[in-house]
Amino acid sequence: MTGDLSGGPVRAQTPGITKLAIMAVGGQGGGVLTGWIEKLARAQGYSVQATSVAGVAQRTGATIYYVEMAPASERPPVFALAPSAGDVDILIAAEMMEVGRAIMRGFVTPDKTTLIGSTHRALAVSEKSAPGDGIANAKEVHAAAEIAAQTLILADMERLAVAHGSNISASLFGALAASGTLPFSRAAFENTIRESGKGVGPSLQAFSAGFDATLGLNDNDTAARSSTLASVGQANPTLQWEVLRNRIDALPEPVHQMALAGLAKVVDFQDCAYGSLYLDRLEPIVALDRASDHWLLAVTAAKYIANAMAYDDIIRVADIKTRGPRFDRIRAEMSVRSDQGMQLTEYFHPRAEEISGLLPRGLGARVENSPRAMAWLNRWFGKGRRLRTDSIPAFLLLYWLGGLRSYRLKTRRHTIEVAHLDAWLHQSLAPLASNYMLSVEMLRCQRLIKGYSDTHGRGQSKFVNVMQGADLVKDRKDAAEWVARLHAAALQDPDGKALSGALETVRSFS
Amino acid sequence: MAERSFSNEVEYLRLGHGETFTGEGILAITKALLENGVGYVGGYQGAPISHLMDVLADAQDVLDELGVRFEANASEAAAAAMLAASVHYPIRGAVTFKGPVGVNVAADALANLSSSGVTGGALVIVGEDYGEGSSIMQERSHAFAMKSQFWLLDPRPNLPSITKAVKDGFELSEASNTPVMLMVRIRSCHVTGSFETRDNVVPPLTVKDALRDPRSDFSRVVLPPMSYLHEQDKIANRWPAAETFIVKNGLNEVFGPRNAPLGIVVQGGMYNGVVRALHRLGLADIYGDSKIPIYVLNVTYPLIREEFDQFCVGKGHVLVVEEGQPDFIEQQLGSMLYKSRSSVALHGKDVFPMAGEYTGQVMLDGITAFLKTVAPNLLPGQVRAPNTVAPEIPDLTKTVPIRPPGFCTGCPERPIFAAMKLTEQELGKHQISGDIGCHLFASLPPFEIGGATMGYGLGPASNAAFDGGGERRAISILGDGGFWHNGLSSSIGNMVFNKSDSVVVIVDNYYSAATGGQDVLSSRAQNDTKSTNNPISKALGGIGVEWIRQIDRTYDVGRMRDVLRDALTTDYKGPKVIIASSECMLNKQRREKPQRDLAIHEGQRTSVPRFGVDPDICTGDHACIRLSGCPSLSLKKLDDPLRDDPVAHIDQTCVGCGNCGEVADTAILCPSFYQVDVVHNPKRHEAWRTRQRNKVIAWLQKRRSAKRLAFS
Repeated sequence: MTGDLSGGPVRAQTPGITKLAIMAVGGQGGGVLTGWIEKLARAQGYSVQATSVAGVAQRTGATIYYVEMAPASERPPVFALAPSAGDVDILIAAEMMEVGRAIMRGFVTPDKTTLIGSTHRALAVSEKSAPGDGIANAKEVHAAAEIAAQTLILADMERLAVAHGSNISASLFGALAASGTLPFSRAAFENTIRESGKGVGPSLQAFSAGFDATLGLNDNDTAARSSTLASVGQANPTLQWEVLRNRIDALPEPVHQMALAGLAKVVDFQDCAYGSLYLDRLEPIVALDRASDHWLLAVTAAKYIANAMAYDDIIRVADIKTRGPRFDRIRAEMSVRSDQGMQLTEYFHPRAEEISGLLPRGLGARVENSPRAMAWLNRWFGKGRRLRTDSIPAFLLLYWLGGLRSYRLKTRRHTIEVAHLDAWLHQSLAPLASNYMLSVEMLRCQRLIKGYSDTHGRGQSKFVNVMQGADLVKDRKDAAEWVARLHAAALQDPDGKALSGALETVRSFS
Repeated sequence: MAERSFSNEVEYLRLGHGETFTGEGILAITKALLENGVGYVGGYQGAPISHLMDVLADAQDVLDELGVRFEANASEAAAAAMLAASVHYPIRGAVTFKGPVGVNVAADALANLSSSGVTGGALVIVGEDYGEGSSIMQERSHAFAMKSQFWLLDPRPNLPSITKAVKDGFELSEASNTPVMLMVRIRSCHVTGSFETRDNVVPPLTVKDALRDPRSDFSRVVLPPMSYLHEQDKIANRWPAAETFIVKNGLNEVFGPRNAPLGIVVQGGMYNGVVRALHRLGLADIYGDSKIPIYVLNVTYPLIREEFDQFCVGKGHVLVVEEGQPDFIEQQLGSMLYKSRSSVALHGKDVFPMAGEYTGQVMLDGITAFLKTVAPNLLPGQVRAPNTVAPEIPDLTKTVPIRPPGFCTGCPERPIFAAMKLTEQELGKHQISGDIGCHLFASLPPFEIGGATMGYGLGPASNAAFDGGGERRAISILGDGGFWHNGLSSSIGNMVFNKSDSVVVIVDNYYSAATGGQDVLSSRAQNDTKSTNNPISKALGGIGVEWIRQIDRTYDVGRMRDVLRDALTTDYKGPKVIIASSECMLNKQRREKPQRDLAIHEGQRTSVPRFGVDPDICTGDHACIRLSGCPSLSLKKLDDPLRDDPVAHIDQTCVGCGNCGEVADTAILCPSFYQVDVVHNPKRHEAWRTRQRNKVIAWLQKRRSAKRLAFS
């Protein structure tokens, strides 16, 4: 081999190129941030090139913007059009899972990459649509980011921006300025925003917030959140409540928190007498438990008995919908000022079952057994209703329904719920002596019952299926694991396909 | 009006001689067209060249000044057919569309155009939608150039090269009487940079002038025996003329040392990637000064044997960097080498993958593999024998969820598919085929409706096999864009003619929405230069559809479901067409939000809707999300030890479209949803009434809360 190639490899004899990639979710304004960075670099005497992909990919999907820059010179540098794995200096990710995606794609490497990410989540459809908790594990992404990035800047940039009425582009731009990865002054960054001429004030405030958060001046994220339980029942303590509290204090200490939360829930649902019933149910179960098992059974029972006792009936919904604090919360959430009006429309669609459940237990049962009566109820009540709870008539209707609490324990629905509760507790506690964990897992199955109407019906049938599955495996040593598996399968999809598959497996060996 | 306005940028189109243009590739191409005396322009929108159409639409004034005709063509076929003006007249014309799908549609016209040959320069600007960010099947437009014998330019991806290619393209077209296709890749279209501008040129002959003095020549008509002569003319005259022009004007470029034992042949569009890989291997600097000779094919068809032979002199190994498949260029170069009994070893798809985008990593790996085989001493020591172990980064593939595109917040198509899902829950699963457009997102979770897409406007046509009907009628989806593009004749006409028993849902969102919100015939906007407000229902009636149902508010999920049920169960035999109309929310917000903000600012009574969820009532089942997938409807984890599952939550990006409430109502989900209408600047009487009501409500609330324990 001859010619110019005989020498050893040459080093690039020119100042290098700074490579910056932005990963965002379509609609987040990644284009705005890209535009700012490009203008900034150009104003500071750099050759710069930006690329993006427009079109369908931008409609709420993951999208990527890419900027390369180098100090301007006589000859234009040859810039690449897309980021390369292992060759990105600055990676800005406008959402936590996009941080993960950047790492996954190799754009974040320990030898060179400064990773600026927002810790907030914009959930993907797959995460949101699971009937249980399908939210991806941000901790894993965080851990990977610690390893992958040379410098790591993570904060809730979305919150910082929204707090100032701005967009995440501004807080991320601030973080970029503070990171010191680009050789431009803070003033130069801020001038770029000023020159853009759109929403300058809020953008600059969000920029500042992003800047300060990066420098660690503003460490709100780690501020301990006050426990909601600390204030439970302290507003207007009554003698009755004190009696109930004392009963909780008599329980083993590790059970306190859950039992207190449960107690508060059922008292809020009905009254202190109902709270007393809750403890009547809980205390014998606690007595069966022991410290060596970390009171797991007791804590689980405290949680799910409360949930089962505070079922979702019309009375509860109407009660919640008409409470003062709810109105205040909505006003705050929607930032309604005192000089503005707030119209509030509730979307209701009761079915015959909800109405018959509200009848006295004997009558309700008779009506439920009569298809004609149910059809009649459906004709009269079973349609979509939009109630304006800011108007007096609709408010009064709901207020009256919410006030039926004193009558609730006589309703058909209550009878059904009590029967369910008794059967579930009885079945769950049966194997306690031989298989402690099986009892715990069976108690946990109450989680499957949720929703209203058809959704509630589907939850109910899943619950029944899992409990039947539990019965099939109850004599096996690994019965608890199997019940947990069935439980998880039931939460995977709405129609119970995964559950059917899992049950099939259980039947095959039992 | 399109989603993005270029009214500010259009001023750059007036830049004169010696000034500097700085901006996006698309805009630079538009400027270059004007500098080269183009007489007419047209095209059909689609990523990545949508913005080219948008710029042209916004540049009407500049075009008028120069006497340039702009046509927003009905389809790519219509656009390509427009180039017929350059067959007889010495007028330069340019059309644009996306590749290769647009080229598919345009193929008929392009083939005829290529056979006839052109007098004026005819330029087809194709945005090649390939690789990351693409929304179509992964193919190459290259094949069309080969089959119809028109020339293909693939310039280096920087603004000076791309704009020079516009000039070269017109001249090459005229020198060889052949249309020229200028291919710009997905990222080159949106790449930013600068180039030195020239004055705009008034076309020497305008289309108006041509109408004054019409010409015809039957020898240009594609009919026997002229068509046989056209074929001979291509080979005997046009091709050699093209080769001569390309060589003489140095359209292709060679960089790096003259003498070297190896070299790289690269498509112009891939040049930057090659230089970056060489730079990372220490074989080139950032300005492209390379230690390895690079032969850049700014013209990828035809290939110039003379130039290639010259490049190969003294080389033992040559690497072809050609993205996509089949490897047309490599095959042809290999054939050239074989026929000249050359000893040069040709590399390409042996070290590079046959399929897929040539990303930075692929490029680095491919070139490294090539050099490892033929010249390992060139590689830096670190590549030959890495001595540091990269730290193990945890695998996140199971953690990070995929995030495909989906319906925007408040999209009017969401309730249509929520209704279809409810209909399916009632009547069972149906045979459903989709079309091209935003509505194809319905095939993804959470809706998973529809299983095929065969092309623009072909949704109903792709259900033709099922037109005879059966136990459950077939359903197809068609957008308003697709309807006017091709659907009216190929799909609806086909159904009427064949007495189809199927159901069509036409998603009418007032725009060609997926491509960026351009107007179509049925758009509701007033457009100064285009005829809009031509109802789809009228067109349907005109071609003989009898069963037509118009829905003017898609958010009415209950009505949507009832009409669907009716269409699926009616005794009527024959095509049943439902037109579901509501404005694209992206465009609606862009149009209405500034007006609304202004109204509020001016003190007018304005009510702004938004939805919310009561966290205490939501049980965390997420059934609502499975009928929505709206970005603003998300989940929130409650700080409550009693709750296992996150509850639904609507964030501040909600536009109050109403889908949540409608779905909760129609699907009988739950009473958690509420709608808040914040009334800005309420009237005095209204404010007084609100205060009285609030007093009563507050009194009642206080009365009840006094009787119960307060938990916070």
